[in-house]
Amino acid sequence: MGITVDWANFTPWLSLFGGVLIGLASVMLMAYKGRIAGISGVVGGLLQFSNAPKGHFSWRVAFVLGLLLSSALYGLIWEVPTSVIDAGYPLLIVAGLLVGFGTRMGSGCTSGHAVCGVGRLSPRSIVATLSFMFSGFVTAYLVFHVFGG
Amino acid sequence: MQTIFVFIAGLVFGFGLIISGMSNPAKVIHFLDIAGSWDPSLAFVMLGAIPVAFVGFRLIEKQGQTVYKEPLHLPGTQRVNRSLVVGGFVFGVGWAIAGFCPGPALVALGAGYGKALVFVVAMIAGILIHDHPFKRAMAPA
Repeated sequence: MGITVDWANFTPWLSLFGGVLIGLASVMLMAYKGRIAGISGVVGGLLQFSNAPKGHFSWRVAFVLGLLLSSALYGLIWEVPTSVIDAGYPLLIVAGLLVGFGTRMGSGCTSGHAVCGVGRLSPRSIVATLSFMFSGFVTAYLVFHVFGG
Repeated sequence: MQTIFVFIAGLVFGFGLIISGMSNPAKVIHFLDIAGSWDPSLAFVMLGAIPVAFVGFRLIEKQGQTVYKEPLHLPGTQRVNRSLVVGGFVFGVGWAIAGFCPGPALVALGAGYGKALVFVVAMIAGILIHDHPFKRAMAPA
């Protein structure tokens, strides 16, 4: 199978720089709050209504608010790139359910495992990252080349 | 003040997702679809993020506490188990179908994309299905 690289959309420097910011933000959350910046874990914690200890919600709300407002605040200074969402509603619902369920079952997602956990050389996070990267590549192949999405 | 720093961390995280291209599902799918017209850009996100996390976490863990002298909440050293691998696998399938993982979905939701709202609502449903009935049913009596 030949690989055709999409050079027109290749943005190594922007992606590298964005990655550095993601790393810095993760380090910042650990330095100031002692918490792993795992988005699925933070959101999952927000949905834990019973037996929540004191101080359980405030930092999670603050962090998620930062994420939610990032596009609007970014747009005050720079042009926000468009998010192209090609999947239709049924697929978005299926994907959302799988992402929500899978990240909780696997104790993390791209942020908690692939950035923080791999950064800490955690064997669990390295295995989880290999698992979702592998299934991501296989699924993309099946969806776009076998079932012709 | 601490809460403001946490908010800024979320904001910077979001900026990173926007600048890197992670918040654009089409770019994510072009990264995962190696057999299509492959855009390898997002491999550079990990190349940028992981060394920063590696150095930063080492420095903090050496201090053993936050700048406010609070304890660090680090994941315990649990073993690699089946739910980790299966859960990761399930997540990857969903990630490749829509091109959204949790962080970018929240960024796109904040940007006002209706489709991101649908995804996030389904994601929350997925989290609740896992965390509540399923977990309780699986727990030993």
